[in-house]
Amino acid sequence: MRVPLSWLREYAPLPDGASAREVAARLIRAGLEVETVDEAGADITGPLVVGRVLEFADEPQKNGKTIRWCSVDVGEAEPRGIVCGAHNFAAGDLVVVSLPGAVLPGGFAIAARKTYGHVSDGMICSARELGLGDDHAGIIVLQPDEAAPGDDAVELLHLRDDVLDIAVTPDRGYCLSVRGVAREAATAFGVAFTDPGVRPALDTAGVDGYPVRVEDASRCPVFAARMVTGFDPTAPSPRWLQRRVQLAGMRPISLAVDITNYVMLELGQPIHGYDRDALRGPIVVRRATAGEKLTTLDGAVRELDPDDLLITDDSGPIGLAGVMGGGSTELSDATTVVVVEAAHFEPTGIARTARRHKLPSEASKRFERGVDPALPAVAAQRVVDLLVSLGGAVQEPGLTVAGAVPSPSPIEISVGLPARVAGVDYPADEVRSLLTAVGASVSAVGGAERIAVVPPTWRPDLTDPYDLVEEVARLHGYDAVPSVLPVAPAGRGITPSQRLRRRVERAVAAAGYVEAPSYPFVGEADFDALGLPADDARRVALRLANPISEEQPLLRTTLLPGLLATLRRNAGRGTADVAVYEAGLVFRPAPGALPVPPRLPVDRRPTDSELADLLAAVPSQPRRVAVALAGDREPTGWWGAGRPASWADAVEAARVVARAAGLTVRVERDEHAPWHPGRCAALFVGDTLVGHAGELHPRVVAALGLPERTSAMELELDRFFPAGLAGVTESPVQAPAVSTFPVATQDVALVVDAAVAAADVEDALRRGAGELLESARLFDVFTGAQLGDGRKSLAYALRFRAPDRTLTVEETTAARDAAVAAAAERTGAVLRGA
Amino acid sequence: MSAPNSDYDPVQVTPLDPDQVARMVSDALAAFAAAGDLDALKEARLAHTGDRSPLALANREIGALPPAARKEVGQRVGAARRDVAAALAARQIALEAERDERVLVEEAVDVTLPWDRAPQGARHPLTTIQERVADVFVAMGWEVAEGPEVEAEWLNFDALNIGPDHPARTMQDTFFVENEDSGLVLRTHTSPVQARSMLTRTPPIYVICPGRTFRTDELDATHTPVFSQVEGLAIDEGLTMAHLKGTLDHFASSMFGAGITTRLRPSYFPFTEPSAEMDLQCFVCRGASVGDPDNPCRTCGSEGWIEWGGCGMVNPRVLVACGVDPARYTGFAFGMGLERTLMFRHGIADMHDMVEGDVRFAAAFGMEI
Repeated sequence: MRVPLSWLREYAPLPDGASAREVAARLIRAGLEVETVDEAGADITGPLVVGRVLEFADEPQKNGKTIRWCSVDVGEAEPRGIVCGAHNFAAGDLVVVSLPGAVLPGGFAIAARKTYGHVSDGMICSARELGLGDDHAGIIVLQPDEAAPGDDAVELLHLRDDVLDIAVTPDRGYCLSVRGVAREAATAFGVAFTDPGVRPALDTAGVDGYPVRVEDASRCPVFAARMVTGFDPTAPSPRWLQRRVQLAGMRPISLAVDITNYVMLELGQPIHGYDRDALRGPIVVRRATAGEKLTTLDGAVRELDPDDLLITDDSGPIGLAGVMGGGSTELSDATTVVVVEAAHFEPTGIARTARRHKLPSEASKRFERGVDPALPAVAAQRVVDLLVSLGGAVQEPGLTVAGAVPSPSPIEISVGLPARVAGVDYPADEVRSLLTAVGASVSAVGGAERIAVVPPTWRPDLTDPYDLVEEVARLHGYDAVPSVLPVAPAGRGITPSQRLRRRVERAVAAAGYVEAPSYPFVGEADFDALGLPADDARRVALRLANPISEEQPLLRTTLLPGLLATLRRNAGRGTADVAVYEAGLVFRPAPGALPVPPRLPVDRRPTDSELADLLAAVPSQPRRVAVALAGDREPTGWWGAGRPASWADAVEAARVVARAAGLTVRVERDEHAPWHPGRCAALFVGDTLVGHAGELHPRVVAALGLPERTSAMELELDRFFPAGLAGVTESPVQAPAVSTFPVATQDVALVVDAAVAAADVEDALRRGAGELLESARLFDVFTGAQLGDGRKSLAYALRFRAPDRTLTVEETTAARDAAVAAAAERTGAVLRGA
Repeated sequence: MSAPNSDYDPVQVTPLDPDQVARMVSDALAAFAAAGDLDALKEARLAHTGDRSPLALANREIGALPPAARKEVGQRVGAARRDVAAALAARQIALEAERDERVLVEEAVDVTLPWDRAPQGARHPLTTIQERVADVFVAMGWEVAEGPEVEAEWLNFDALNIGPDHPARTMQDTFFVENEDSGLVLRTHTSPVQARSMLTRTPPIYVICPGRTFRTDELDATHTPVFSQVEGLAIDEGLTMAHLKGTLDHFASSMFGAGITTRLRPSYFPFTEPSAEMDLQCFVCRGASVGDPDNPCRTCGSEGWIEWGGCGMVNPRVLVACGVDPARYTGFAFGMGLERTLMFRHGIADMHDMVEGDVRFAAAFGMEI
C-alpha cells in the first residue's frame, strides 16, 4: 500500500514538523512494514511554470521529424522561443514549461540550448518528464483557464508529496487503506483520528435502489448499491485526484473510474461501477455453474468454476465477484447513469477465485485480507458524493443493502494477560485505552480483573485473547520488552546419533573430501545415465506435483546424481583433481501406492493412534554418505609422480566412515550399477549390506561426461545399526591389554588363483593364526611368469605377541604354519617357494 | 717381553726411562693434534694407544721390574696413559663435532619446498553453521531436534495454524508430493519439527531445529529453492516475550560478538501471537554508519540493523493442536535463514556460490565456522 502523506494528514493531524521518515519510523514501531519513503517530486527544482503557446511554426527536419518552433508566454515581459517535438497542442493552449535553471527527475538540467537551428529557451514538459506517470505521447495540455501564464506548476500539478510504501501483512487488511494507516499514525503520534469510514446513516426513507438479490449470503454477507444519473462522462478528473491515485500506484483513467479507485484507496472498500444502460434486469449474486464463461475487463475469456462467486444479470455473468468486473457493463466514455456496487465478500472464496484465475487484483488483494463489512453503504455514498461534486451527477434516492453487517464477537480476557505474555507491566488503564485506540469497545466483566473486548468491524484478525495481547504490546512498543535469558533444565547435549554424524562427516572431510550439498531433485534420465536396471529399487521415487524443472520431478533415492553433477561442474571449472562428499537424506517410498496421511483436526491433540498413522504415512528418509573423486588423489610434485584417484580410494572412504562410527566394513566383490563390474565393492557391516564403492562404469562416466576413471562410494548410515541411525546408543570402548613383551614377526608369501579375494586370504590367515596374532598386513601383491598364468602372490607381514611372555621361535612358527594351513584349506593358497 | 727378574736394574730398562715416557706422551699428543679427521685420529689412536703402541709395551715391562721399582714406574706410566687417553677423547669430541657440523651443513634442504601431497578436505559452511548454532543452544541446556524433509502436510501447515486457504499452501510456494492430495510436502520451514517436538515430548521443552527446507523459488543471486533454516522453540511455565528477547540477544552475541543485541518489530505469522520481525544490530559498524555518509557500512546498508528472522510467542492454537495445555504453558519460537545469515556474516555475494558445490568455496571455510 502506497500512502501519500498529504492524504494521511487529512485524517490524522500529525505535527507539522513530523518528517516522512519520522512517520515511517513510528509506523514501523507499531508493526507496519514501511519499506520505502518515496519523496515524490523532490527531484524537481524550478522554475517550472505555466505557459501559453502564443503561436508556433512546424519545421520539418532532415531526420524526418517535424519540430515546432513555439513562442510561449510564461508570464514575463517577452514570450520565450521554445523548440517542441510534440504535436498534441494548439495555439492558445496552456502548457507546463521548465525554464533554464530547472532540474527535472533523473538530474535532467534545463538550459537554453541550441537545437534544430534555434535557441530553445526552456522545455515544454510531458507527464513522464515530470514523474507524473508513463504518458509520453505528448506534452501536458492544461484545461483552459486552469491557471495563468507564469503560475507555479509544481503546486498546480501537486508534484511534491511524500509517499509511504507499506508491505501489509496478511492480518492487517485494514491497512490497505489510507483510513487504516491514518488510524495507526494517529495512535502512534497520540493525535485525534477522524474516521472517514464513519458517517451518518443515509436517509433513504426506506426506498430501495437498483434491485439486487444475493443467493449465496455466506460468500456475500453484504451488498450495497447506489445509483446516479446525469453523470458527465467528459468531465475531467481533477489534478489532485489523479495525482493521489497515481502516487498510490494506480493509473488515472477517467473521472468515474478514478473516483471508484480513490474511494477504495481511501477506505479500503473495493468499488465496482456499472453502466446502468448495459445492465439487464436485477443484479444477482450467485455461484457459477459448470461451463459458464465470462469476459473480464482485461479482455480474457474465463472458464468459470462452480466455486467462483459471480455478479450476474439477466444476460448472464457480468463480473467475477470481488476480483474483476466484466467487459459488457463496463463504465465507458458514454456512461451517464452509474450503478455503484460496494459489497462484502468472504475472504477465502475470493482468494480461491483469484488464485484459480491468476487474477491478483487490487480488489481481491483487499477482500482476501478482510475488508470492513460495515463499509459498503458508507463507501457507496462516498462514491456518489464525488460523482455528484466532480461529475455533475444527480444521486437517485434509493439505497439497496442486501444482507446485514455481521457483528464481531466479544473476546474476554484478564486485563493482566498482556503483561503475563509480554513480560512488561502494562497498567490496566493503558490496556483499556490501547484497545480502545484500536477501535475496540472495552467493558468490564464481573470484577475489575476481566474485560470483554468487542473488536471493531475492520479487524477480523482479532479473534483470540493473544490477538489482543499483540495489540497492546505493539502499541505500547516492543522496545519496552526487557531481555531476560530463560533457564532451561539441564539438557542431554547432542544425541549419540547427532554426535556420530558429526564424527563421520569430520572424518570424511579430514580424509581430503570437500563437502558439496546438492539439490535433491532428479529425473528418470539420471537413473538411466547411472545404468540402473528397470527393476532397481532406486527407481522407486517420490514425484513432485510441481517440480522446478520438468526434467527433474523426482526426489533422489541416491546421492550420486547430485554429487556426480557437482564433480563434473568442478572439473569443468578447471579443478581436475577433485574429491567431494555429501551427507544427506534420500527418499525411499515403499513400492506401490503411497499411504495418505490422515487429515487431523487442529482443535485438539491427535490421539496417539492418529499420530502414529500420520507419522507412518511419511516415507522413509534414511541418511546416506557419498564421495566421488577423480584426477590425482596425490599430485605429482618435486617428490615424484602423483597417484591417480582410484576405486581403492572410494573403498577406503567407506572404511573412514565406518571407523568414525566405531565399526569395520567388510568388502566383497560385487556387480552393481553404476559401478564398473570388475571394480565394484559391496560394503558390509556384519551381515548387512550398507553400500557400494569402486570405480564407475565407463558407460556411466561417458553418459555423465565425467573425468575418466571417476570413482565413488555411497553408503547408508542408518543401515550401520539394527535400529537405524536414530537408534544409536553409545557403549564405552573396552580398553585392550597392551602387552609389553617383544613382538615376533614372520613374513609369508602365498600364491593363489588370481580370482581369489585378498580379503578371504587374510581372513583365513587371521583365523588360522589364533590369538597370538597381533596383526596381519598385506605388503605386496605380485604376478609374474614364474607363478604361472592366472596366479598371484600375496605377501603378508605377520606380527605375533603374547600378553604374558616372550614367544619362542617354535611358538611363532607353529602359529604361522597354522595360519598358512588355514589359508591353504580355504583359498588353495600355496606358500611361495614351497 | 722379559720375565720378572729380581736383580734387573730398572734404570737399565730403557722404555721406562722418564724421558722416554714423556716422549711417548708428547708423540701421542702431537699425533692426535695432527689428525685432521676421525680416520686419521683412528690411526693415531691405534699407533699410540693400541696393543703395540710404545706406552702399551712400556706398561707390560712394568711386570718385569723388581717389586721395589714397580710402584714409581707404574705411577709414571699410568699417568702417561691417562694423559694420552684424555687427549684422545678430547680430540675425538672435537673432530666429531667438526664432522657433525659439516655433515649437517651438507644435509641441509630447502624447507620452503611445498609438500601439498595430502588432499585438503573441508566442510560446507551451511553444515558447520548449523553445528555452531546447535552448540550455542546446547550450552544453555537446549536439545537439537530433527525431522524429515518430506513431511506430512498436517505437521507443516495445519498444526501450525496455517489453514487450508492460506496462500502459502499453493503450488506457487510449496512443493507438493504428487498428487496434490497426497498429504505430503517438502517442508517449507523447520517448524514441523517444533510440532513434532511438542507432540512427542513433555514440557518443559527447549529445542533448536536446524535443517533443510524447500520453497518453489527459482535459483538467483538471493533465492534458492533448497535452503536451510534454524528454528528455536521453548515451552515452559511463565515464559514471556522478555525470555524470547533474552534468548535472541544471547544468540546474537554468541554468533556475532559480545554486546551485539537484537530488536523486535511487530509482524505477523500464523503460528505466533504476538509476532515480531527480528533485527540484528550491525556487528560491523554497530550503528556508527547511520547518518554518516562518509563512512557507509556495506553490511547493514548504513541502517544499523540487519533483518535476521521472525519470532513470537507460540500461538495458543498451535499449543492446542500439539497437545500442550495453553492454560499452563506459554512458549516462544524464532527462526532465521542460514543462507542469509552466512551471506551477511561472511560477505557472500551470490547464492550460486552456496549451492553449486564448487570446492573452492567450501575450502575457504575449513572444518568449523
